[in-house]
Amino acid sequence: MTTLALRTPSDRISLRVPRRATAVCAGLLVVTFAVAVVGLTTGDYPLPLGDVLATLVGRGDPASTFIVETLRAPRVLTGVFVGAAFGVAGAIFQSVSRNPLGSPDIVGFTTGSATGALIVILALGEAAGPVGLGAVCGGVVSALAVYLLSVRNGVQGARLVLVGIGIAAMLESVNAYLITRATREDAFAAAHWLVGSLNGRGWEHVWPVAAVLVLAVPLALALARPLALLEMGDDAARALGVRVERSRAAVIFLAVALTAVATASAGPVAFVALAAPQLARRLTRSATPGLLPAGLMGALLLAASDLAAQRLLDADLPVGVLTGALGGIYLGWLLFTGRSRA
Amino acid sequence: MTRLVGTGLELAYDRRVVAEQLDLAIPDRSFTVIVGPNACGKTTLLRALARLLKPRSGGVYLDGSLITSRPSKEVARELGLLPQSSIAPDGITVADLVARGRFPHQRLLRQWSRDDERAVAEALAATRVADLADRIVDELSGGQRQRVWLAMALAQQTPILLLDEPTTFLDIAHQVEVLDLCAQLHADGRTLVAVLHDLNQACRYATHLVAMRDGAIVAQGPPAEIVGEELVERVFGLPCRVVEDPEAGTPLVVPRR
Repeated sequence: MTTLALRTPSDRISLRVPRRATAVCAGLLVVTFAVAVVGLTTGDYPLPLGDVLATLVGRGDPASTFIVETLRAPRVLTGVFVGAAFGVAGAIFQSVSRNPLGSPDIVGFTTGSATGALIVILALGEAAGPVGLGAVCGGVVSALAVYLLSVRNGVQGARLVLVGIGIAAMLESVNAYLITRATREDAFAAAHWLVGSLNGRGWEHVWPVAAVLVLAVPLALALARPLALLEMGDDAARALGVRVERSRAAVIFLAVALTAVATASAGPVAFVALAAPQLARRLTRSATPGLLPAGLMGALLLAASDLAAQRLLDADLPVGVLTGALGGIYLGWLLFTGRSRA
Repeated sequence: MTRLVGTGLELAYDRRVVAEQLDLAIPDRSFTVIVGPNACGKTTLLRALARLLKPRSGGVYLDGSLITSRPSKEVARELGLLPQSSIAPDGITVADLVARGRFPHQRLLRQWSRDDERAVAEALAATRVADLADRIVDELSGGQRQRVWLAMALAQQTPILLLDEPTTFLDIAHQVEVLDLCAQLHADGRTLVAVLHDLNQACRYATHLVAMRDGAIVAQGPPAEIVGEELVERVFGLPCRVVEDPEAGTPLVVPRR
């Protein structure tokens, strides 16, 4: 068997553990951890691992404490958490829309977050708090619009994707318009934010994503089984006792929350939500939405991309440029191999 | 005593009313087959019985209580459905798909009990797909795939099973195979309700036949008692002769030329 059954003798509690997916998750965790360690120890001021650990337990010298706790740790953690949030949200959207393109960056949610953030940047100037709030509001409003416009006797995948692409296109033009009305400095700040970046991220960027992950991921995992049944069609799911509309609305709400808060922290980083679930699924070879592997894959993708951008290319290169380029290649490959689940 | 009853049903999609004032009681332990011309509302009626479609007025009752007012999972332990078309998730194996039929018996911390394992094994064996357990569903033939979906519905272990055109897209040998399997399930004590297209197959397998036209039930009862030239003419508008099926002794409809 490819799964392991864990049961209490009385059968009161029984869990089903897919072996391969568990191994993949463990592997992704290890690699992500390694990437984080490299991110903390290397850079313009290389620090041995011992010094990094010393600062983490409060025994480092002031210089390395500043480098680790103020510069590197928040950046690494923002990358890991934002990537995980995008990965889980992407897996949910792809499952609900039964389409590998049904990801928040394609169907307009991240574009909506960008619109919200742009309005704040251009109206109030760039500051972490309000920009994040603007991004969350923009994301939620655009998600609501896409949901309401695509709902007709329940949500259908193809319609959700098409409506989302339409909304995204409209919001893109709104964003472009906003930038043309801005001052030079604001426009520069806005353009930079729009690429998605982990540059200069502090703890104020870490906590919101960490909080939403802690709340949303357990709920999403609890809804993973009804989510898997929904992929078989609404009739089949309902016949098995799934409360279709309620379950779907709940997972979409969680995915929107994850996307909006993650976007607020790092900007609309391209393609992580799109690629992470598909890559994870190819590794696990599982037919379930695989929220946990997708989240871990997202964390690894974003953390590793940021590290590569910083260390191999240019210290100031926004990570969104790299993930965008990688994602383009990935998308081409996806279309070329034609493994569309639509 | 009938467990599944629809009374005063008005069934509609958006603005199109399919049926009005429809009453139907499914006899317990029967193999009820609903027949009728295309668009007569038979699938709509089945969907209402399976609580997939909420009647605009009237109600479907299971054991005397309104089916839509009961917890969905609880109903799913009593009443199963094989929909006309379901989507097999990409890359899913037969065993995993059939295991999904256990959902109404599972909880967050009771995901795979010994009962679940036993029910899945029995369902795989009853539909003769146990050999295919590790195969990918997409790679199976149409006949095998339909048996797998039936196995999923069986794993649900419901006393009542509804089947929406279970033989569509199958060649005649596989149609008979699936219907024989249904007859076996009925003989084991289940109540079956199926929508079928083929009137002769319906006559052969049904213990209770429901003939519909334009959203209304024209006649119902044992096929041998109700199926005659006049009924077929009235329901399908087809001039025909009804003779005795030389194999089963049930009514056999032969169109006139």
